[in-house]
Amino acid sequence: MKYVFLFCGTADDQAAFDSLSPEELKRRYAQVGRWFAENHAHLGPGNQLHGPESATTVRFQGDGKPIVKDGLFLEGKEIVGGYTEVDVANLDEALAMARSWPGRGTVEIRPVIQQR
Amino acid sequence: MPAESALAEVFREEAGRITAALMRRFGDFDLAEECTQDALVAALERWPRDGVPVNPGAWLQTVATRRVLNQLERDQRYRRKLAQLTVEPQPDEQDDRLRLILTCCHPALSREAQVALTLRAVCGFTTAEIARAFVASEATVAQRLVRAKRKIGLAGIPFRVPSRSELGERLSEVLAVLYLLFNEGHLSTLGAVPSQRDLAEDAEWLVRLLTRLLPGEPEVLGLLALMKLHLARGATRFNLSGELVLLADQDRSLWDRAQITEAIVLIERAGHLGRPGPYQIEAAIAACHAEAPSFKATDWRQIVVLYDMLMAMAPSPVVRLNRAIAIWKVQGAEAALHELEEIAPVLDGYHLFHAARGEMLTELGCREQARAAQLRALDLTGNPAEQALLRRRLFNQ
Repeated sequence: MKYVFLFCGTADDQAAFDSLSPEELKRRYAQVGRWFAENHAHLGPGNQLHGPESATTVRFQGDGKPIVKDGLFLEGKEIVGGYTEVDVANLDEALAMARSWPGRGTVEIRPVIQQR
Repeated sequence: MPAESALAEVFREEAGRITAALMRRFGDFDLAEECTQDALVAALERWPRDGVPVNPGAWLQTVATRRVLNQLERDQRYRRKLAQLTVEPQPDEQDDRLRLILTCCHPALSREAQVALTLRAVCGFTTAEIARAFVASEATVAQRLVRAKRKIGLAGIPFRVPSRSELGERLSEVLAVLYLLFNEGHLSTLGAVPSQRDLAEDAEWLVRLLTRLLPGEPEVLGLLALMKLHLARGATRFNLSGELVLLADQDRSLWDRAQITEAIVLIERAGHLGRPGPYQIEAAIAACHAEAPSFKATDWRQIVVLYDMLMAMAPSPVVRLNRAIAIWKVQGAEAALHELEEIAPVLDGYHLFHAARGEMLTELGCREQARAAQLRALDLTGNPAEQALLRRRLFNQ
């Protein structure tokens, strides 16, 4: 089964991350790097995203007219910081991987619609 | 015509086995569950009219399997699957109900979904029976089930027994569902229609099944002991006019001694396994009450110690409330009220918090404050028996 992991965090998580010392930050990146290396066999494409200040939203009105706005679709709540595709046998395996995620915050697991 | 409860018992014995066997054979939870349910509904129609077959389990299994095959033939999507099936003899002796229970209680499902799925797939409840038990409309329950089964399929929730390292956590999820079912049944005894299936009984049956499927798990034994201790006092919880009778006022000579003895044996068996847990501690607390000759002669000090252990393992505001009640009996109302102060903000919406507080205040002679607390408790409870008790308390003050 194919899933996408959305790595999310609150603004507080982001602030905590930003205030890490350079050594701590290095250590954290090393942990995350290890996680990606360990799970390499099950990972598809993925990326880390720039912060919420870089986000732009196109929102469609009821009449179908698009409105372009600065910022995130959902203000203030969880922010998606990155994503990766994951290919494993079932949800339990995906959960085991997500549980070992060293990046803190929240990991949302979404099954991908498979073309048959 | 067989009594409805006799049918329920047959369903309970067979439904889980059949669902699990179909699941194993066809690999589709929704299909297995739906067709088993169809077979149960067919039995409800036909058995009262034609009599119960000699081997009801085989009858249900045959009908359910035929439904699956029909369904597969009709449905394009399944045709390929059908072609892949080999007609090998079935290892039906294998009891796959553990996998079934673990799937129904998967943590990726909402608690409501876990409850409804477990009742239907494992205990053989019909959707109508679940709706009646939870005072919900049949449409609501049906929709909840459809959503839950869709999630199982889409999210890839597997039909498996988790590895040793995962089992503890998964099992505590299952036990939480079963204890919720038990309490739902146990507390609503008063409003129960005689023909309605007793959730408490089904929950106890499920835990007993789990003790057979997982004999080395002390928490399962602990939960079974806890349920037995509640059931042992069941007959004395209401008086003849249907009013709730508190532990302090129950006629202890009517408690079911055989059940209590069984429960204590279970607690000891669990203890030998050397892995204490919250249900074992709660059972030990209930056993303290069950063994006490009177409310006054209860070993409250021991109960406080047990609550301390419980707080260390599974801290919660409700455990603290119960601990405060035990402290009340050991150190007096003032000390207990002091304990309550700290949890007041969290438990402000919980009727038993205000009910206990009201009684403590009454003991200290603070009549106005006590009355306000009892009124607040009355305001917060929806259970008619509890409402009646609180009204009596207010009246007698």
